[in-house]
Amino acid sequence: MEDKTRADLYTTMVQIRAFEEAILADYHADKKPAWDIGAGLIPGEMHLSAGQEPVAAGVCAHLDNRDAVTATHRPHHFAIAHGMDLNKLAAEIYGRETGLGRGRGGHMHLFDPMTHFSCSGIIAEGYPPALGQALAFKRQGTGAIAVAVTGEGAANQGAFHESLNLAALWNLPVVFVVEDNDWAISVPRAASTSVMSNADRAAAYGIPGVRVEDNAVEGVYDAADEAVQRARSGGGPTLIEVHTLRLWGHFEGDAQAYRPELAEVPARDPIPTYEQQLIADAVLDETKVEELRAEARQRVEAALEFAKSSPTPDPSTATQYVFA
Amino acid sequence: MTTVETTRRLTGAKAMVEAIAQEMERDPSVIVLGEDVGAYGGIFGSTTGLLDTFGPERVLDTPISETAFIGLGIGAATEGMRPVVELMFVDFFGVCMDQIYNHMAKIHFESGGNVKVPMVLMTAVGGGYSDGAQHSQCLWGTFAHLPGMKVVVPSNPADAKGLMTAAIRDDNPVIYLFHKGLQGLVWMAKQSRSVGDVPAEAYEVEIGKAAVVREGADVTVVTLSLSVQHALEVAEELAAEGVDVEVLDLRSLVPLDRDAIVASVGKTGRLVVVDEDYQSFGLSGEIVATVAERGVALKSAPVRVAVPDVPIPYARELEYAVLPRQDRIRAAIRKVVG
Ligand SMILES: Cc1ncc(C[n+]2csc(CCOP(=O)(O)OP(=O)(O)O)c2C)c(N)n1
Repeated sequence: MEDKTRADLYTTMVQIRAFEEAILADYHADKKPAWDIGAGLIPGEMHLSAGQEPVAAGVCAHLDNRDAVTATHRPHHFAIAHGMDLNKLAAEIYGRETGLGRGRGGHMHLFDPMTHFSCSGIIAEGYPPALGQALAFKRQGTGAIAVAVTGEGAANQGAFHESLNLAALWNLPVVFVVEDNDWAISVPRAASTSVMSNADRAAAYGIPGVRVEDNAVEGVYDAADEAVQRARSGGGPTLIEVHTLRLWGHFEGDAQAYRPELAEVPARDPIPTYEQQLIADAVLDETKVEELRAEARQRVEAALEFAKSSPTPDPSTATQYVFA
Repeated sequence: MTTVETTRRLTGAKAMVEAIAQEMERDPSVIVLGEDVGAYGGIFGSTTGLLDTFGPERVLDTPISETAFIGLGIGAATEGMRPVVELMFVDFFGVCMDQIYNHMAKIHFESGGNVKVPMVLMTAVGGGYSDGAQHSQCLWGTFAHLPGMKVVVPSNPADAKGLMTAAIRDDNPVIYLFHKGLQGLVWMAKQSRSVGDVPAEAYEVEIGKAAVVREGADVTVVTLSLSVQHALEVAEELAAEGVDVEVLDLRSLVPLDRDAIVASVGKTGRLVVVDEDYQSFGLSGEIVATVAERGVALKSAPVRVAVPDVPIPYARELEYAVLPRQDRIRAAIRKVVG
């Protein structure tokens, strides 16, 4: 793999993490002393994707703005890797009028026509719309494809299986991505899924299934390369499952009392690991790493500044946008 | 002589758990299943501790497969078990509604009364904490509209326990909708009435009997769930201004205690309906229709305070504008008393 590609993958991952660390700080800052999920600058549930950056970075490296991504309730890493405007993303999370959905949607409901990005707080329900986007792209002859993301928990939902079947049947240009972070809130994969790997389930629908182990960003990149090319060239859908990591709680405030391997989790953070690898391979050095991190933080600071200085929505407009 | 303590102050969540535990003790056919009901204890605390007491044979974590596990509950119920199944948020019913309204709710009818489906489907409702359009709805009107299931909605811990006990013992499918804001969760804004006196022994609150939770002479507020507590707050404030508000807690939509509504509105002659569900085609219209059909004479036109047919917005300013909070309830009462 080219040095530039490797450095880019790293940069994307660092950008995502910088964004979420900043969100994390603001989310928790004003919910103290008495924790109140509805209080503060960022109210409501917050599902952060820390640890899962390799999946989004590796897949989205092959996409451009024409391609659609339907993400999950944990959408920030895919949003950022797919090139969403950071200001609008931040403003939506802060519930501002300048946000993607004018503050109506919130962090689980991001809709961006510029990047064909959408997501759903309802498990597995992002898969079916991806089929329609793929069908539209195929008819329009643009060469664009759709990428649909779920967690391994969601892969036990009917919509997942119906979508694989239909995409295979109609040979749609879709890449299905499953993020296996071992946990669906408190339920481990072993207690929810009858097979070891969701990639095996692809066989039931006659499509290729690949599992990438070890949260390896380059492994994701390679698997996605093949899948995206197959989809673009009319070869139909692929299922890629990545064994990834939920570094933090299911949502912010989750004490994870159910999670026995908690102590080992920080050491499995994929970003330091990849960073060391790139330094060892002389793709990056300490100075360059610091520079990339600083740039990422600056972009995030600017986005948060934009969000926080934007107006909150006018309550008298609360019933708008129900109809076109 | 020792005195037995019969009431303690419990949160809504602990009251629910106590009811389920007592019924599990009493009846080995009661099982609990759903997402995160085991080690986690239910995202809203509705099953906390049950796994430790009753073990994994009776408290079952399920995959995220609502169609499968709600349908499983139905099948188990028709074969003599009494499943308590949790659908984590009511908003998720879209992925499994067929099992609920075409199967759970119709089997008894279609079998000519020969097959019973004694299950409880419990689920969390309500907003007010910026969880957005897919995690903040009430939707009880939808279930009540579809025949074949009882629909209960407690407003305080004592009812949370008594209605759960009644729901488990009922031979019909019962949808039990509990408001997140009444669970007394550590991570929610404190609602003072989410903690209340709860008798220790097992007891039933009859499904289908409304409660006059505050007597008054000038206006009836018909409501349910968290809105009962909002209405009581407003009633206390307005009492200082000389407005005497009666608050009727419906406790269940199916059966609906129409007699209690008519009796109260007949007495006060004025009606405000407060409903955290969408306004059109729902509970609030049903209440007004009942009053009209029964020919209750009103001194002023009724007023509805509900969600104005818009998905629940994320931003706090917008969400507060559409929810039936104290400000809107107060304004509605002032309007009907003129
Ligand atoms: C239909 C539906 N059922 C349940 C939920 C509640 N829920 C939200 S996230 C989640 C776990 C998802 O696990 P997984 O798919 O593995 O994704 P992860 O959170 O691990 O990224 C559950 C049960 C939901 N949002 N939608």
